[in-house]
Amino acid sequence: MIRYVPKAKYSYSAGQAQSVFLNGLKEKKILGTVCNKCKKVYVPPKMYCEECFKPTDGWVELKDEGIVHTAIASFVSWTRDRLEEPIISGTIKLYGSERDYVFPGMFHRICTTYDKVRDMSIIGAKVKAVWNEKRVGSIEDIQCFKEV
Amino acid sequence: MKVAIVGMGWYGFRPSTPEVSFREMVFEAASRAYAEANLDPRKDVDTFISSQEDFWEGISIADEFAPDQIGGYLRPTFTVTGDGVQGILHGIMHIKSGISKVTAVEAHSKASDILTIGDIVEFAMDPIFLRPAAPPNFHFLAALEAKAYQRRTGMTEEDMAEIVSIEKRNGFGNPRASYAANLNVSDILSHEKVAEPLRRPDIADFVDGAVVVVLASEDIARSLTDDPIWVEASTFTETNYPGYAELGEAGYLRGAYSQISKRKFDGYFVDDRYSFKLLEHLGVFKADPLALLREGQLGEGGSAPTNVFGGLLSEGVPLEAAGLTLALEAREYLRKGYSSAVVGSWRGVPTYTGMVLSMWR
Ligand SMILES: [Zn+2]
Repeated sequence: MIRYVPKAKYSYSAGQAQSVFLNGLKEKKILGTVCNKCKKVYVPPKMYCEECFKPTDGWVELKDEGIVHTAIASFVSWTRDRLEEPIISGTIKLYGSERDYVFPGMFHRICTTYDKVRDMSIIGAKVKAVWNEKRVGSIEDIQCFKEV
Repeated sequence: MKVAIVGMGWYGFRPSTPEVSFREMVFEAASRAYAEANLDPRKDVDTFISSQEDFWEGISIADEFAPDQIGGYLRPTFTVTGDGVQGILHGIMHIKSGISKVTAVEAHSKASDILTIGDIVEFAMDPIFLRPAAPPNFHFLAALEAKAYQRRTGMTEEDMAEIVSIEKRNGFGNPRASYAANLNVSDILSHEKVAEPLRRPDIADFVDGAVVVVLASEDIARSLTDDPIWVEASTFTETNYPGYAELGEAGYLRGAYSQISKRKFDGYFVDDRYSFKLLEHLGVFKADPLALLREGQLGEGGSAPTNVFGGLLSEGVPLEAAGLTLALEAREYLRKGYSSAVVGSWRGVPTYTGMVLSMWR
């Protein structure tokens, strides 16, 4: 057996669209880009519309609340330890109709109970972002989305 | 049936590009390529090919991140783990097999995002035989070849410095040549050795950049332009271990060239990420490249014009976009009125994989 630990370190450039988004989080703002041609709103934002293949046309501020599209409860950590309390996370639709397949939204933690995930009552529930006091321009500036 | 290049676009070619994400950089290059081809990727392109490698991206299964920025959202997108010229080769196969009429090929580099690039190159080496014995500097693999080439041909360190001096000056006037410089042979020889016989100026730096190429079938190409550039491509891997390679002989490039139709080339665009590689690679296409260098035949108007826009020594090494960078140079050359050019590309250390792209009009 040959043991080897790769030293792979990166510093990812967020770029134009995602940098504006991350800076917005510092001010408790969820910002998306919009394509005027197809009306698609991108959160996380893109500086081009993938549908129309043209630059997006501007920024829109979305509410920091939405509805839970789907949610899960995970009982196992990244290192495969059993967790005492499950981590509950899911996708939150910030805008759009029930039937949209693609929507501006976020994957994040959801502050709720395991029971509500198991009986699926959390799905479709209205949730709002819980912001950290100290914000640094990271997706972690939001602690979780909590039921309102 | 022939296949043509009907559009090319590029973005970046600077040591770092903090203003764009890698996807935004590719979108910029793609927008330019489609504008040149006068095509709408959402309607007119049948297949999309991205040439990339997960460890360069810092994302595993990075092909999942390939489609949107080249217009391939919800469309057939295909990834080649290799150089952009290998991407072109697959594109040619898409078109010749009839599954596509127009194919877009992309390659890019965000080398500046990789904080431990030497370690990533080491990670590509054989884990049992090579990594444990490797000196802490991946250029040793190129030095092994340089030494073998010197012994075989009589190339001196002055010859290598001469190549660097010529190439760095050739880059002036090339908008992609961030590393163009006015250096003479004694400036270059004043540097200390990195790995015998290579000095720092013999080694091209990494660079960020993206290149997109639009390929089309013969009928589409003729309908789009009066002056299509026809292409043929090939690739060949010799081995993955230096003990099995014919060091200094560029067997990988000879293997690739053996599969290409023979024609007379007006210009040569070869991977020169190490100065001596210019000669080693040119030697695949022309006899006695060292004599051609010493006789001053490598410039425009000489008997073997080679890397007349500065090559990778001037432009930098944009990872898997290196072959397409040379293809941009070759196209620039054809636009000056020449009728044929050839690209001799290499995936760099620790590989022994080469690509040939023949271009003519
Ligand atoms: Zn759109």
